[in-house]
Amino acid sequence: MSKVSMVLNGKTVSADVEDRTLLVSFIRETRGLTGTHVGCDTSQCGACVVHVDGKAVKSCTMLAAQADGCDVVTLEGIGSADSLHPVQAAFREHHGLQCGFCTPGMIMTAVDMINRHGAGNLDEATIRHELEGNICRCTGYHNIVKAIKAASDQMAGMAQAAE
Amino acid sequence: MYETNYHRAGSVAEAAEKMAGADDGKFLGGGQTLLPTMKQRLAAPSDLIDVTKIAEMKGICADGDGVSIGAATTHAEVAGSDLVKQTLPGLASLAGGIGDPAVRHMGTIGGSIANNDPAADYPAALVALGATVITSKRELAAEDFFTGMFETALEDDEVVVSVKFPGAAASAYAKYPNPASRYAMAGVFVAKGKDGGVKVAVTGAGQDGVFRMSAMETALAGNFSPDAVAGIAPNADDLLSDLHGSAAYRANLVTVMAKRAIAAAG
Repeated sequence: MSKVSMVLNGKTVSADVEDRTLLVSFIRETRGLTGTHVGCDTSQCGACVVHVDGKAVKSCTMLAAQADGCDVVTLEGIGSADSLHPVQAAFREHHGLQCGFCTPGMIMTAVDMINRHGAGNLDEATIRHELEGNICRCTGYHNIVKAIKAASDQMAGMAQAAE
Repeated sequence: MYETNYHRAGSVAEAAEKMAGADDGKFLGGGQTLLPTMKQRLAAPSDLIDVTKIAEMKGICADGDGVSIGAATTHAEVAGSDLVKQTLPGLASLAGGIGDPAVRHMGTIGGSIANNDPAADYPAALVALGATVITSKRELAAEDFFTGMFETALEDDEVVVSVKFPGAAASAYAKYPNPASRYAMAGVFVAKGKDGGVKVAVTGAGQDGVFRMSAMETALAGNFSPDAVAGIAPNADDLLSDLHGSAAYRANLVTVMAKRAIAAAG
């Protein structure tokens, strides 16, 4: 057992956990935040993507202990039901989901991709390539890609309006 | 996953010390291979020694006419480095094609080469570029470092500290990824040295891991064009054959990927 501390969605949290505890187990079971999903548990599907120190990672393939001292953001940390993040709003608007299981990882991956490329700088080919590590078995990806493109363009507009 | 003890090392010396104190320890890089292997209970190290927070093992810097890359540097950092893109574009594009974005944010060059998966990308770059692997104990030429499938010259308590790449006149990598795993079914790195010498290294296809294609190197020395290697393939008897592709299929892929890499290198 080790004491693991991290900033989770802006709040400092700590808990004594077994060293083998995966970050996703820490988030879901120790902290009760079930927005982060476990799809494949083999690093393939991306349903478990969260941000660690601002970078998208697969939380099923990282130990909670590795995230000790880090800043971790999950789906619950980017928006709320009353105040959706632009990417969340775009997924609803463009129906970028069917069953919704992969959606948390899709959204966290989308936010990371927009951060890295810059809002407004994503074209369809780039989005599809960037989604290489996220699997959706319902939609065929079309509406997911549309939602990310729309969110990226909208966020560019928001940034411009703010200037 | 079986129980394990996690340790974080602050220096190379501390990492070696912690390893010496462990029953059956393993160094932990980004963990993108080791953790999945542990989850499948195919590995059960008593202790994990995390080396990714060691300052002397991180970062990319110019080194003579080449670059030196710390072992704990992630694939995303290598792919995004302006210095690597300018000096060794083939290496930057290789790093940007490993796994997926989330994996590239965690996986490290040191972890990849220490594991020496026969389908990993980095070994081809190290061998073709004539890189030197600097460990906690010594310096090894890449060709002496990789000794077979999942085998390296590393001793149990020895850790990779950095990799030094000499500059090159041209470099490029082409791979045919398995559609599901994205691991290379055949990947070919072509490097033209500043002295004009050409090296071609193949990953993903060999039974013993990375290997050089000397017949292609000879052909390219006189004529650096895709046509020069069009008729050259490795002996299929030495190649992997599995449900993803037969040895003969992989032999042909090596030729095709070599042509693409040469075209990309220009």
